Amino acid sequence: MRYYLELALRSLRRNAVLTTLMVSAIGVGVGAAMTTLTVFRAMSGDPIPEKSTQLFAPQIRSRGPNNPDRESEDGLPTTVNYVDAMAWMQSPSAKRKTVTYATWLSVRPADPKQQPFKKIVRVAYKDFFAMFDVPFQYGGAWTQADDENRAAVVVLTRAINDVLFGGSNSVGKTARLDNETYTVVGVIDNWLPIPRFYDLQTTPFGESDQLLIPFTRAIDRQMTVSGSTSCTGETGATFADLLKSNCIWLQFWVELPTPQDFEKYRLYLSNYAAEQQHNGRYPWPPRTELRNVREWLAYRHVVPNEVNVLILLSFGFLVVCLLNAAGLLLAKLMSRAGEIGVRRALGASRAAVFCQCLIETGVVGLSGGLLGLLLTILGLAAARALVGADFVALMHLDVADLGIAIGLSVTATLIAGLYPTWRAAQVQPAWQLKSP
Amino acid sequence: MSKQVPMSKLEIGPILSSLGRNKFGSMLIAAQIAITVGFLANALSIVEFRLSWSSRPTGIDEANIFSIRSDSVDHHTDTAARVSADLALLRGLPGVIDAFADYSYPMAGGGWGSSVHLQPDQATQTTTTAIYFADEHGLRTLGTRLIAGRNFTADEIRDRAESDSPITSVLIVTKALGLKLFPAGDALGKDIYVDSDEHPERIVGIVERLQAFDTRSSGPWSTIAEHSVLLPYRPVAERSDYLVRVQPGRLDSVMPAAQQALFALDSNRILRTRSMAQVRESAYRGDHGLVVLLLCVSVALLLVTGFGIVGLTSHWVAQRRRQIGIRRALGATRGDIMRYFQTENLLIAAVGALIGIGFAVALNLWVVREFEMPRMEIDRAVAGGILMLILGQLAVLWPALRAASIPPALATR
Repeated sequence: MRYYLELALRSLRRNAVLTTLMVSAIGVGVGAAMTTLTVFRAMSGDPIPEKSTQLFAPQIRSRGPNNPDRESEDGLPTTVNYVDAMAWMQSPSAKRKTVTYATWLSVRPADPKQQPFKKIVRVAYKDFFAMFDVPFQYGGAWTQADDENRAAVVVLTRAINDVLFGGSNSVGKTARLDNETYTVVGVIDNWLPIPRFYDLQTTPFGESDQLLIPFTRAIDRQMTVSGSTSCTGETGATFADLLKSNCIWLQFWVELPTPQDFEKYRLYLSNYAAEQQHNGRYPWPPRTELRNVREWLAYRHVVPNEVNVLILLSFGFLVVCLLNAAGLLLAKLMSRAGEIGVRRALGASRAAVFCQCLIETGVVGLSGGLLGLLLTILGLAAARALVGADFVALMHLDVADLGIAIGLSVTATLIAGLYPTWRAAQVQPAWQLKSP
Repeated sequence: MSKQVPMSKLEIGPILSSLGRNKFGSMLIAAQIAITVGFLANALSIVEFRLSWSSRPTGIDEANIFSIRSDSVDHHTDTAARVSADLALLRGLPGVIDAFADYSYPMAGGGWGSSVHLQPDQATQTTTTAIYFADEHGLRTLGTRLIAGRNFTADEIRDRAESDSPITSVLIVTKALGLKLFPAGDALGKDIYVDSDEHPERIVGIVERLQAFDTRSSGPWSTIAEHSVLLPYRPVAERSDYLVRVQPGRLDSVMPAAQQALFALDSNRILRTRSMAQVRESAYRGDHGLVVLLLCVSVALLLVTGFGIVGLTSHWVAQRRRQIGIRRALGATRGDIMRYFQTENLLIAAVGALIGIGFAVALNLWVVREFEMPRMEIDRAVAGGILMLILGQLAVLWPALRAASIPPALATR
């Protein structure tokens, strides 16, 4: 085995140009494929793997067949109105539930030397934290009483806690948001679900929400949504009108841990829809959907078509690179037909020759994989520079990627080298010795 | 000359029989060329589309316009007064041509889209449009050309707050929207329903071009990219956005000056300025990123395929050294040998290119259906095929030259 390895290295060195061509072809192909694959995996990844099949986004046909939601393929609204959201919040059918939206608030640091700034603020019920497995560095979620009392409480992320309180335990301290005083109840540890499945309206791959306050408080203070509000027909202009209207603008999530819970909730939802039809609120045929996180991300086409096209292109490119490598391998192995003939004549079995060639191919694949890995790192850096800061957090290589790159490269090269290797092993000792 | 013509005719036979012996290698090259043509033609057609998409004219004087966003920190009691003061200040700055308080603008990304009706109680909408607000200074600031009718007058402008939406009876539309609603081209003076379902607005002006705020190249907005209306509103809210047009060449000096002046007027706010060039850059960043990536992969594809041809052909030359020597000894010229390898490559590449053109079309059909990409013109695939023939000839040049330099004496050894 070691001997074969030495032979392989020696033979590869002898044909340096051909070897370089092969290794770079495989390297470039693997690099391109890995780069796009990493981007794709990051974008299409499961943001909450432990619970993605237990969290559901209910949908209801809250507008007539003439006014479909143009953002979704089946025309079903992807957001809900305040009236439905409040009705669902009252229902005991789900283990946990929250309605949520994003708004902008100005944050005024206690230190007068620091400039005030605007931040996206997440607005939710207390269940949000438990449902989405939000980890806390200090403190914890606010209480149900806070939800009921529209309390001025806030949960900070680690990043904003660093800015406002120098990273110290700020629980119990106060922060000024839109010129009102909020008490800090918790600080979230590093938490960045990608994509931000629970609200795909604002940059799903961007930075995380940095402050969170109770939904009831936000409604009480008439905080407007950062995202789309879609209305049909005549609606008033005030915030109170918005709450009464059938304008859709809210995200709703429920946690249903078991299939029984799911069935129960599905029944509740369709009964609710039937009731709305019956009382004339939604006079058209009712329709509801209950999609889990994975289904939701697929339904909302969270991965842009451009990424799919790039994946396709890079894998086509990999195929071309491998065809290329196969041709070069063939050339290389066949140019050594004489040498192989001698070995065969000296008693080496076909299997031994096959094995030797395979090891040589494997070495090429391994080197190509390493080069590919290097190119992947460069490719990701380039992609980051190209597509901008929204994607910074999401593209990184881990140990599994190392394995995938090397494995992909070696396997693909071995497959590409199968025919050339087989051909080499077919070399007839007598025929080759006759030929000069 | 007369001697060469029958020679090259004769060569096809031997080439075919020798290709028969190198089936696997020739198939590999042909397959590479076919796949390369397929992907290249599609990639380049996407590049072409995205480049033309991202360079569409917006209809405004982009080079000399910037936007300022003002966000209140503490709640403001009289936002209308502040907007008036801000606008007076901006319009008075040296170098400023005009300014107005806007509600979204071309390439901004987000804004208010609304259905358009021709009748008050219409069941299905006629079309969709982007809605912009502007006062009587709007057209001058945007630099968009009025081709029919008139601008808003000062007494038509209403303040529009989040809690208060007054009704208007006039609006200005783009030529594209006007033609969509009234294909006969007589939109001026007609009543349509945009803001409200009950009160019509009359079209008092038509502008040549004003792009909608959404810049995505697919999806519902891409087909109505020039459907815009201007409503005679002045938005008043905690957050105010202003568009400012400056005299040519003064953008870089006026932008910071405007920000400083607004802050001096009222420091209870966070200000952010962006030139239209910056807005354009961020709006089309994704498109340009895709273009660069596609071009990189295309160049890499060509290089890999080219070097693959060099490698395999070199191998064939090395394999046939003796035969080449014999042919040379029998009187074949260097040119004959070169031509042999060039014709061989041309045959392989032609087969590959033909298959590739078919593959390119099939791939395009699939990509159009699955990923909403633009349809490719067939001549792009043909161009890709021809490009590969040229690449093949270039790649084969070096090995062919080496073959031609094999001395006839080799045959005697």
